[in-house]
Amino acid sequence: MIVAEQKPLNEIKSMLKGCKKVLAVGCGTCVTVCFAGGRQEVGVLSASLRMSTDLDGDVVNVDEAIVQRQCEAEYNAPLEAGLDEYDAILSLGCGVGVQSLAQQFPEKRVLPALNTKFMGYPAEHGVWEERCQGCGNCVLHLTGGICPVSRCAKSLFNGPCGGSQAGICEVDATTECAWHLICENQLKLGLFDEMMEVQPAKDWSSARDGGHRRIIREDVRIPDEEKA
Amino acid sequence: MTSFEPEIVAFCCRHCAYSAADLAGGGRISYSPSVKIVELPCTGRANALEILHAMEKGADGVVVAGCLPGTCHYIKGNTQAKHRVTHLRELLKTIGLEEHRTRMVNISAAMGAQFVVEITNFVETIKELGPSPLSGETSNTRTEGQS
Repeated sequence: MIVAEQKPLNEIKSMLKGCKKVLAVGCGTCVTVCFAGGRQEVGVLSASLRMSTDLDGDVVNVDEAIVQRQCEAEYNAPLEAGLDEYDAILSLGCGVGVQSLAQQFPEKRVLPALNTKFMGYPAEHGVWEERCQGCGNCVLHLTGGICPVSRCAKSLFNGPCGGSQAGICEVDATTECAWHLICENQLKLGLFDEMMEVQPAKDWSSARDGGHRRIIREDVRIPDEEKA
Repeated sequence: MTSFEPEIVAFCCRHCAYSAADLAGGGRISYSPSVKIVELPCTGRANALEILHAMEKGADGVVVAGCLPGTCHYIKGNTQAKHRVTHLRELLKTIGLEEHRTRMVNISAAMGAQFVVEITNFVETIKELGPSPLSGETSNTRTEGQS
C-alpha cells in the first residue's frame, strides 16, 4: 500500500494562512490503513487545527469529510455540491489523492496535509517499511522475493557491496542488508547457483528516470466513440 | 481565593474506575461536582479524538481512569490508553494547550477513596492551570462532517 505520514501541524497551519473555512478530506483506502488520513486522523487533525488557530486568534473553521478512494473522480464527485463555502480543500490523501482533487475541482485550492513516503509493508503495528519503488520492471523472481531496488540503499543487482557487515547495511544500522537476505533466502531454496549469473545493468528508463509514466490498456479502455 | 471551578471530563472504565466512583458515592465521600463521568467499556476505547473533542467543547481537563496495570478486563486496554494519553499530551503542546490538562490514572473497583484522591489531585492541577483558553465563547463553530 501507499504509506504516508502527516505533516507537522505548524506546517499545515502556515499553508492555511488566509483561509477562514476549509474542508479536510480523508481517504478510506491506503492512508486509512497506515493511520495517516482515515476518518480518525481527519477528526484529530481538524480538531487540532480548530483549537490551535482559535488559540492563535486567527480561527480557521475546519469541516470534515472522507471519501472511499480519493484517487478516483467518481468517489470525490459528492464533495462538489458543498465546495463553494470553502476557501480550500485540505487533503489527507496521498499525492495522487491531492492531485485528483486539484484536477477535479480546478477552481479550488487543494493543500496536502500528508507527506507521501513510499509503497510499503506494515512490519509491525506502527512501523512501515519500503518494499517497492515501482521501477517498472520487476526482478523479484531473480532475488528470492526480496527487492534489491527498494531495499538495497544502492539498488545493486549482483550481490552486496563491501559495506554490508553481519547482515546489516552500512547506511543505517537498523536496516538489514537486502543482498544478505537474498543470498540466505536463495541458499534456503536451493537456488543459490542461479545467482552466479551476472545481471546486466538495469534499464532504468522504465522507472522514474524515464520521465512521467503512463499505462494504456487498449483491452480495457473505452473507445472514444463509446464515451458519453 | 479563586472561584474557578473547572469543567472536568472523566472517561472511566466500567470495570474499575466507574465502579470506584460508584463506591465513593455510596460511601458518601465527596469530590468536585464539576467532574462529568463518561462510562466506557474499557479505557482502550478512549481515543485522541474523544479527548480532543471534550477539550474543544470547553473542558478544562480530561482524565482517563482505567484499571490497575495488569488487571485490564480486556488484557491491555489500559496500557494502550496510557500510551495514547502520553502521545496526546505532546499533541496538546503542539496545539498550544498545557499537557497537564489530560492525565491517565489507574484505579481498581475497590478503590473508592483513592478515586476521590486522584480526581481531587487532578482538579487541583487544573485549578492551578486556570480555565482552558478554549472554554470561553469562540467564533469557531464545528459543523458535522460530510461523508
